[in-house]
Amino acid sequence: MSHPSQNAEREPLIHLSKRSGIHPAKAWGIRLAALALGLITCGLIAFLLSEKLRSDPKLIEKFYTAFYRASFGRGKIASDPYRKTWDFLQYSALLLCIALALTPAFRMRFWNIGAEGQTLIGMLGASAVNFYLGGKIPEWLLLILMLFAAVLAGAVWGVIPALFKARWGTNETLFTLMMNYVAMFLTAYLIKKWQPMGSGTLAFANGKLPALINNYLLIILVSVALAAAMFVYLRYSKHGYEINVVGESERTAQYVGISVKKVIIRTMLLSGMLCGLTGFLFAGLNQNITRDSIGGRGFTAIIVAWLAKFNPLVMILMAALVLLLQKGAGQISQDLNVQKTAMPDVIVGVILFFIIGCEFFINYQVHFRGRGQKREEAVK
Amino acid sequence: MAGLPFPSERQSGPFFNESGGRPVEKQLALEMRGITKRFGSVIANYHVDLDVYRGEILAVLGENGCGKTTLMNMIAGIYFPDDGKIYMDGQEVVIRSPKDAFAHGIGMIHQHFKLVDLFTAGENIVLGVKENGRYRIKDVNERVAAIAARYGFHIDPSKKIYDMSVSEKQTVEIIKVLYRGADILILDEPTAVLTPQEITRLFQVLRRMKEDGKSIIIITHKLHEVLEVSDRVTILRKGEHIATVNTRDTDENRLTEMMVGKKIDLNIDRPAPKNAQPRLEVRHLDLHNAEGIHVLRDVSFTANGGEILGVAGIAGSGQRELLEAITGLQPRVQGEIIFHNPKKDRPVTFFHKSMRRVRELCAQNAFHDGKGRDVSFDGMKTAAIRKWVESGDVLFREDEVMSLRDKTPLEIRQLGVHLSFVPEDRLGMGLVGSMGITDNMMLRSYRKGRAGFLDRKKPRALADEIIKELEVATPGVSTPVRKLSGGNVQKVLVGREIAFMPKVFMAAYPVRGLDINSSYTIYRLLNKQKENGVAVIYVGEDLDVLLALCDRILVINSGAVTGILDARTATKEEIGLLMTKTQAAGKEETK
Repeated sequence: MSHPSQNAEREPLIHLSKRSGIHPAKAWGIRLAALALGLITCGLIAFLLSEKLRSDPKLIEKFYTAFYRASFGRGKIASDPYRKTWDFLQYSALLLCIALALTPAFRMRFWNIGAEGQTLIGMLGASAVNFYLGGKIPEWLLLILMLFAAVLAGAVWGVIPALFKARWGTNETLFTLMMNYVAMFLTAYLIKKWQPMGSGTLAFANGKLPALINNYLLIILVSVALAAAMFVYLRYSKHGYEINVVGESERTAQYVGISVKKVIIRTMLLSGMLCGLTGFLFAGLNQNITRDSIGGRGFTAIIVAWLAKFNPLVMILMAALVLLLQKGAGQISQDLNVQKTAMPDVIVGVILFFIIGCEFFINYQVHFRGRGQKREEAVK
Repeated sequence: MAGLPFPSERQSGPFFNESGGRPVEKQLALEMRGITKRFGSVIANYHVDLDVYRGEILAVLGENGCGKTTLMNMIAGIYFPDDGKIYMDGQEVVIRSPKDAFAHGIGMIHQHFKLVDLFTAGENIVLGVKENGRYRIKDVNERVAAIAARYGFHIDPSKKIYDMSVSEKQTVEIIKVLYRGADILILDEPTAVLTPQEITRLFQVLRRMKEDGKSIIIITHKLHEVLEVSDRVTILRKGEHIATVNTRDTDENRLTEMMVGKKIDLNIDRPAPKNAQPRLEVRHLDLHNAEGIHVLRDVSFTANGGEILGVAGIAGSGQRELLEAITGLQPRVQGEIIFHNPKKDRPVTFFHKSMRRVRELCAQNAFHDGKGRDVSFDGMKTAAIRKWVESGDVLFREDEVMSLRDKTPLEIRQLGVHLSFVPEDRLGMGLVGSMGITDNMMLRSYRKGRAGFLDRKKPRALADEIIKELEVATPGVSTPVRKLSGGNVQKVLVGREIAFMPKVFMAAYPVRGLDINSSYTIYRLLNKQKENGVAVIYVGEDLDVLLALCDRILVINSGAVTGILDARTATKEEIGLLMTKTQAAGKEETK
């Protein structure tokens, strides 16, 4: 004889079901809750890791204000109190540019993780022009030539893996990844060649980006314009339509007569060109080049593009969010005296984990054991 | 006994005999009471009751999406019910996993086989079984042979799966379940992949298992099979239990009515072909696929305008490759694919022809001026020729004949040849699942219009029209088509292909997975194309439908045509024989 009451306990503890749809407000509620949980978790982790925080729990307030202070805090220099904000916006813009460059490729499900190298090679192209022609021709002409060289170099770097993929079906992820290292060491080699006695940093007197009201605005405007253009390109152009079809199903593309190879090559050409353009912006902003000039932004941009689900307009927000987290984490490690540990990376990682992980709860509903039993009793 | 739940009381003899008149020896094997299962807000099953007796074949009948498979998956331990109880031999049981199901003697044979290709039948059968003692494949094979002999299966336990036909693989799946000692077997649409002869053999086996006291649940939506093999039928509609009836007390019309909820005319129209003329000629078509396998062998046939040509064959006999070869999706095709463009006595246009091409054709004396006289452009300036042609007074003498071989889909279209193709894989090939109906309409036409940018106005209008005309149930034109039900997805696809104004309309399994109403809508649409003079090629699996709808039926087997029959006089058995005729010979050839 069986006892029905026991059976309820033998029911699976948790079972999941896919949601058929979710109200946008609820979805955003889940995302905000995830962000909050992520921040709390970070606080706990910091508490465990930092002796300074444990000895002075009041510091926790500083911990949470760090995100704001790092990006928007007033500087001590009276002449330029908004420097941190402008700086934040400018670097968000650069991050955004790379993420936008990746977007058409990602939409096509071409996993280009070579933005780091494509951007660096663009910067190298611009720097080469600057090295050989800087000071010898008018500044405006120099900038134009730098731009051309950067876009061309980026395009070449982007299209090589695409050609191999289209022709021999090579794996684009490995290929673009390895091209990063080729770009990096090519840069190191050329810097050494151009400046044999140098420290590995090649600086220029010329080729500075023109100021638009201030030194930051030009890059910011370029990135926002690029986001808008990319949005229009993907949504309203025939190319964008083809990219979406190829990304969704190559067989559908063939079925309607879209040449998949052509689309892959064309799109990677565009992706590489935009990376090259960003490389030009870096060159004109820094007026120097090292092999680490891009500083991992080519990889961070992948996260930005994914977080925005490849929507160029949402990407503006996501680039800012990711940079906000990075800068905040850096500030925290400074405040807590833990610069040389992995703490900043842990903080960024944990928060991103929560943000990305919460998508699961947007797509699925979780049921716990006993719910069915209760309903049954209610019926009785 | 007082504490026992209600169902086991029903099991007791006298009570039972009075109510149902069922023989006393019939014992309840499994009961489901008030089973409910939801997926999000979708209710797949709502308070379903089901009884299965020992030694009977129970058919579970219902349209696609009515919750048949979901219900069975709950017995097999794949899903867990939100509500309701399952009893076996009067005891409540909880089935949390397929392992639990096996422990209770329940085995399910899924529609898609789950076998390791490189293993033999015996190895597949014993895979995952925990037995005491040493593993000896010889013993396993002996046991398998014993089971096979008992129920009349034909199987070689040491044959590799990759050497097996679909029906042999199915046999392995069934024995796999029996080997684990299952007393209740659930078969999910087992006949969908079989020829008529194989179906007959399967049914014989099922009857023997029934005589042996096994309970068999067979899921299907083919009415005549239900009537042929089952003892009782349980009908589900929209997730709810509608009725359970004795098979001998019912008929096709009554079953349909219960299944659909209203009376349906089960006859398919077949208007007589008018003015049938060769439209597409296929000559000695031969094809090796990318893996080097010989998929089409010397295929020749002619499809006429104003006629439906059916293609019958076991799944995977080359039907897909044949249609893809015609539409230009298969490279490396040998043979001829010739299209007859019905242009006789119709005006020449520049839509798909350059001035150069028009001059060339004129030099070949391909045109006349409407009164039968020759047309000559000698000494004329380009502008004058253009004017003359555009006036519509230059007509073709004969139908245009063009070769479609070695042309990409785009090149075929640029020739002005409209081939519509409804592929088997609707969301993986015919449509883009993540896009809305409007954007899917654009697949065929997006190249038109403003340079560089898309024009969504016309596709939007077409989307609205198709939604209205074909009664597509969708929240809106921008809802991703992936979220629509199978029937609605197919309506969108067929609608778009018809809007393309085809000369040849090819459809691969267009009613697979569709409910009766949607299926009949598709048949009507195909007939309408036929009446408009389109050459329709229909690849189907249901021979009854092929025989009722088509004018001629081409039978394909291992990539070769084994016969082209007049559908008005052919029989199912005839087609079935042709579907398997040279299979043995073909196998030997490849070895």
